Formats: sequence, structure tokens, C-alpha cells
Amino acid sequence: MKIMVAIKRVVDYAVKIRVKPDKSGVEMKNVKMSMNPFCEIALEEALRIKESGLASEVVAVSVGPSQFSETLRTGLAMGADRAIHVEAPENIYPLTIAKILKALVDVEKPGLLFLGKQAIDNDQNQTGQMVAGLLKWPQGTFASKVVLDKEKQVATVDREVDGGIETLCLDLPAVITTDLRLNQPRYATLPNIMKAKSKPIKKFTLQDLNVEIKSDLEVVEVTEPPKRKSGVILSSVDELIDKLKNEARVI
Amino acid sequence: MVTKLYKGHRVIIGSLNLIFLRPVIVSISHMNKIISFDKVSGILVCEAGCILENLIAFLDNQGFVMPLDLGAKGSCQIGGNVSTNAGGLRLLRYGSLHGSVLGLEVVLANGTVLDMLGTLRKDNTGYDLKHLFIGSEGSLGIVTKVSILTPPKLSSVNVCFLACKDYTSCLNLLSEAKRKLGEILSAFEFLDHDAMDLVLKHLEGVRNPFPSSMHDFYVLIETTGSNESYDREKLDAFLLHSMENGLISDGVVAQDITQASSCWHIREGIPEALMKAGGVYKYDLSIPVEKMYDLVKEMRIRLDASAKVVAYGHLGDGNLHLNISTPQYDDNILSQIEPFVYEWTSKNKGSISAEHGLGLMKANKIHYTKSPEAVQLMVTIKKLLDPNGILNPYKVLPPSLFT
Ligand SMILES: Cc1cc2nc3c(=O)[nH]c(=O)nc-3n(C[C@H](O)[C@H](O)[C@H](O)COP(=O)(O)OP(=O)(O)OC[C@H]3O[C@@H](n4cnc5c(N)ncnc54)[C@H](O)[C@@H]3O)c2cc1C
Ligand SMILES: Cc1cc2nc3c(=O)[nH]c(=O)nc-3n(C[C@H](O)[C@H](O)[C@H](O)COP(=O)(O)OP(=O)(O)OC[C@H]3O[C@@H](n4cnc5c(N)ncnc54)[C@H](O)[C@@H]3O)c2cc1C
Repeated sequence: MKIMVAIKRVVDYAVKIRVKPDKSGVEMKNVKMSMNPFCEIALEEALRIKESGLASEVVAVSVGPSQFSETLRTGLAMGADRAIHVEAPENIYPLTIAKILKALVDVEKPGLLFLGKQAIDNDQNQTGQMVAGLLKWPQGTFASKVVLDKEKQVATVDREVDGGIETLCLDLPAVITTDLRLNQPRYATLPNIMKAKSKPIKKFTLQDLNVEIKSDLEVVEVTEPPKRKSGVILSSVDELIDKLKNEARVI
Repeated sequence: MVTKLYKGHRVIIGSLNLIFLRPVIVSISHMNKIISFDKVSGILVCEAGCILENLIAFLDNQGFVMPLDLGAKGSCQIGGNVSTNAGGLRLLRYGSLHGSVLGLEVVLANGTVLDMLGTLRKDNTGYDLKHLFIGSEGSLGIVTKVSILTPPKLSSVNVCFLACKDYTSCLNLLSEAKRKLGEILSAFEFLDHDAMDLVLKHLEGVRNPFPSSMHDFYVLIETTGSNESYDREKLDAFLLHSMENGLISDGVVAQDITQASSCWHIREGIPEALMKAGGVYKYDLSIPVEKMYDLVKEMRIRLDASAKVVAYGHLGDGNLHLNISTPQYDDNILSQIEPFVYEWTSKNKGSISAEHGLGLMKANKIHYTKSPEAVQLMVTIKKLLDPNGILNPYKVLPPSLFT
């Protein structure tokens, strides 16, 4: 069985984001870009499944401008066997990405499609669900545990939901989106980084896949959240009650 | 009257009241304003009480960095950094404060405000007095303003954590790194097996980059440059070459900032791990790099099973942090370590204090590193600038030379 993993390049998780003065978006110049942490977890899970002998190949795919191939290279260095880079402009919204992924699934025919539950840049949490819908495949989102049964061709997925853990059994092929506690992604080791240099990254254009970009969303404005006011230390309980009553008006 | 410089909450010496009869403590923490910043030259002028971390944050917004960074940044003041000539993690790249400090304002013991607050990179008029106050630990004057050259912040940072089979490989890797990474090399740190072991045992949240095997030596290399793909290409070529030459036995390259921080966490967490492990005797030594690890080996033979000898440091700067970790403090062990460690360092033309200064505890040890003539000249300078001995008495120079 082949596993396909979708990977996105985003502003590094540890970078302090700055909004552009014209409010058109986030400042991307001279900013460190890295693999979306949830995609990293998705890839790690796919690699573990392959290492346990339940899959034969892991294919990393990414949709975006040319620098996205650097992120794919990271995926190859972690252990993916090969990669596919669909060249496209930045900031494409989930439905288009889902259509592109569906087109790639039609080409590659994987038994499992892994995605991060969301990308930390736009926080949309839609792509996995949409591509499952387009493919008419079962979906296990927010996975915190994945167990594969090769004989029965099912995946058992634990999902972290409000009330606890929900366990689903999915018939393969299926879409799984990964949550934070699923695993801890590995470091890219030197031998693997070197090996990754000779692994192939195949390029596709949107025309090749017959997908058109239609923008169904318009960004009106991007602003910073309001600054948190600093707290004050009060001298007595009476003062606290007074503030709660007259300033905060909560009692 | 005795003046003792003291800042915030840091306790500098244990037995303050034993030594100082009526100490006067001067705090400059209210002198915390930034006076000017020139975005073209990168020259920052500020008051000496500015906390290092605040300066780092201020510069970050301007697209610059401080030429020094160290674990104490959240509490230490730039005046304290200058007075201790603090080194830290970026010295390899940006040099010591003797290079980046362009000017100082200092208040002398007699109250004279000495204006040397130049903002010029080049100024060959007369004696360059500011250097007397850099690293003199407050014994010659109180630093009140600082002018410092800051480099632009570069966006492309790579960190790799490598394993080496022996100390010679670490050294060869260092010379390779200087040649092959050249201008982008920004840190070259090392730790030995015992240091790694200690960190993994005593620090929470530490991640071993090589979970399946332990190695004898580890090296952390950081590069800082302006072009991500160029830097990465350079780093990869260097790593490939070093792997083929057998200098590296294993290694990981951080793929994002979080992984880079985890690598740094191992190196920066050693002091904390040492504290948690029990008693620790600490030595901060400069030793010609090729001989540096011999001391560690000799110390292990001397102490045998009685203590754990842990070595790490700024290999790129020839600076060894030698730590002897014991379950409890023990005078017998101490007598095995001292004066041996000082004598060994002196014999090998090293310094018994690379970046931590002499303070009170090591003032009497200055002879191990400095010639009698040099010490005598220092005493003359101290007497000239502070004839009544009111500034940090008993620090830096042996008190016996003043009686
Ligand atoms: C063609 C030319 C180009 C130059 N270009 C530059 C330039 O681009 N930038 C720049 O900064 N300078 C420049 N200079 C000046 C140059 O820096 C000095 O001339 C040179 O560094 C002085 O070295 P010297 O051996 O010639 O010393 P001398 O000229 O012999 O002496 C200079 C001073 O130093 C003292 N002195 C010499 N040796 C010692 C010693 N061992 N111990 C104590 N004191 C000593 C002498 O008593 C004298 O006061 C240039 C000079 C020339 C002639
Ligand atoms: C967690 C940690 C990590 C560290 N890592 C490193 C490292 O990697 N490399 C390194 O080199 N050092 C390191 N240090 C030591 C560090 O350099 C010093 O603690 C710091 O630079 C001193 O600044 P401070 O403001 O804390 O000074 P203090 O500790 O308050 O004072 C230090 C000395 O300077 C004098 N002094 C302070 N301010 C002035 C002033 N304005 N004028 C005159 N004299 C003054 C004091 O009297 C005292 O003698 C570390 C310290 C800690 C706590």
C-alpha cells in the first residue's frame, strides 16, 4: 500500500508574526518558513506505518510556489520516498487544494491520505474534510492514535473530541488528519539528508491536473488581536468587589 | 565608606557582611533608557541599567541584534555585561566586548563623570581608556552609559547537532567549519558524553537527538547568514564532506526553530542539570584547544570514582567549562582539584578565568595567569583611580597587595 502525505510550508511556529502596515496580510519578508507542525506529525505517522511493514511507499505532496520544494526536501530527509510538487501561487484556499489533492490521488492511487488537521497560518481546518468529501472516502480527523489492519483493510483512529476519545473504524482507502499528540516527529539525520538529495521531486502544473483556481473567498483585512491590558494588584477584597461590580460589571 | 555595586535580586557573594563593614550598595536599575539608535551604523547608545533582554527586544524591532547573548539575559544589565566583559554564545562570530563597545560613560571613585561615550568605530586620539573599564568588575568605576556596535539581524539561521567519536575529531571539525562555513559560522559548542548524560538524566523536556546510541562527544554548530538556500547548501556540503572524512559519526540538522531550540536547550541546560545533580565545582578556563581535553582526562584519573567530571564549552573560542559534580561538597575532593587545576592551566599558558572574571573568590589566583609585572601595574592603576579603595574592594586583585 502507498501512503500519500500532504505538506504545507508556513511561517515557522516559533516566529512572532507581524501584520503588514496596510493590513493586507502577514509580513512574509525575511521570515523563517518551516513545515506546518501538523503536517510533520502526519508524515511521521506515515513513516512509522511504513517502517512497521504495513505500507510500501510514502509520497509527500505539496502545492505552492517554487520554495515549497525545499519543504518537500525536508520531508524526503525525514524519510519520505519521493515527492510531488504542484506549482501554484501562494494562498490558495482549502477547496482548491482539496481538488488538487483529489487529482493527485487519482494519479497515485494511495491507500491512505494523511494531512495535518490544520495549517497554523490560516487555521482553516477544512482541507482534509473537503478532500474526503470529493473522494467519497471515509475520514478520521484529529487523530491521536492510528492502528492499521492490513488484512481487514481498515484503519482504527482515536480522535480527541470534547468529551474524551472517540474511536472510529475506517475502511481503506481513507483520509486521516493528524492532531498534536499523535507522535513526536523525528529529526532529519545527516545520512537521510544526504540521501534525500537524490530522491525525486516530480513537478505538476495546475493544467496537468486540470484544476482551475477560483477564489471563492476575499480577505477584507488582517489585524492584530487587541493588546492585553496589564493586570493590577489590588490592596483589599473590598477593592476587588468594587472593581468587579463597577468596572467589570460582572457581579 | 565602601561602595558595592549590586543589582536587582542577584546575590553576588555569600558572606557580604563578613567582608564589608558598612557597605553602600549602588543600584543603577533606574538608568534604563535607550538614548539613541542609528539604523545605518547600528550604533546603540543606552544607559547602563538596561536589561540585556530588553535591548535585544528593542533591537529586534529595528532589525538588529546585540553582539552578545547569554543565559542570564533576562536579569543582567548591559553595564554588568561590560563590567564583566561577558562572552557568551555569539563571541565566535561578533568578538568580545572590547571590540563592539565603542564608548562608555563612567563615574569614578571621586565622583568625576568621565565622558568617553564615543560613537565612532575609529578614534585613535590618545589612550583608549574605555578598555580599562571593560571587564574590571566595577573596581575602577561605575559604568553609567554604553555605546555599542550592533550587527544587523540575519534571517537565515541553521543549527545542527553532531556526534564525534573523539576529541581530535571535534578539533578537526572546528578547523573544517572555519574554512568551509567561513563567514556564516556563528557558534561552535561542544559537550562530552558525561555532560550529555547529565542533561538527559536531570533536565525535563530534553530530547536526545540520537536516541539509539550514546557518543563520546557532541558538537553544536550554528550558522547565521542572509540567504537561506545559499547557507543551507554550504552547510550541507560541509556536513557531507565531514561525514565522508569520518569527522562526524552521526548528526541531525534542525528543520525548524523548535528543533533548533531543542538542540540549544541541551547545551544551555548543562549548568542547570549540574545544579540538580548535587554539589558542583566550576572552572571556566581558556586553554589552547589542542590541549584542552587533556586536563579533563587527567582530572578523571585524579578523582577516579569519587566525582563525575563534566566538560563542555565554547570550543570555537578555546573556552572550557570544567565541572566536577559530586553528590555533596567535600573538602577532600576539593583538595584533589585545587590547586591542581590552576597549576595545570598556568603551565599550559591558559587563563583561569576565561569569561567569568575573578570576583572575590579568585582574586588571589590572578598570579596563575598574569605576570607579577602586569599585576603590579594593575595595582598602580587601581590606586590611581580609587585611592581609598571604595569600589568593589577585595575584588579582582589580591587584597594583600594593598596593605
Ligand atoms: C603608504 C602608506 C599607506 C598607509 N595607509 C594607511 C591606512 O590605510 N590606514 C591606516 O590606519 N594607516 C595607514 N598608514 C599609516 C600606517 O598605519 C603606519 O605608518 C604604520 O602602521 C606604522 O608602522 P611603522 O612600523 O611604519 O611605524 P613607525 O612609523 O616607525 O612609527 C609610528 C609610531 O609608532 C611608534 N612605534 C613604532 N614601533 C613601535 C614599537 N615596536 N613599540 C612602540 N612604539 C612603536 C613610533 O615611535 C611612532 O610613534 C599608511 C602609511 C603609509 C606610509
Ligand atoms: C544563567 C547565566 C548564564 C550565563 N552565561 C554566561 C556566558 O555564557 N558567558 C559569560 O561570559 N557569562 C555568562 N554569565 C555571567 C554573566 O556574564 C554575568 O552574570 C553578567 O554579565 C553580569 O551582569 P549583571 O548585570 O548580572 O552584573 P552583576 O552580577 O550585578 O555584577 C557583576 C559585576 O559587575 C559589577 N557591575 C555591575 N554593574 C556595573 C556597572 N554598571 N558599573 C560597574 N560595575 C558593575 C558588579 O559590581 C560585579 O562586580 C551567565 C550568568 C548566568 C546567571
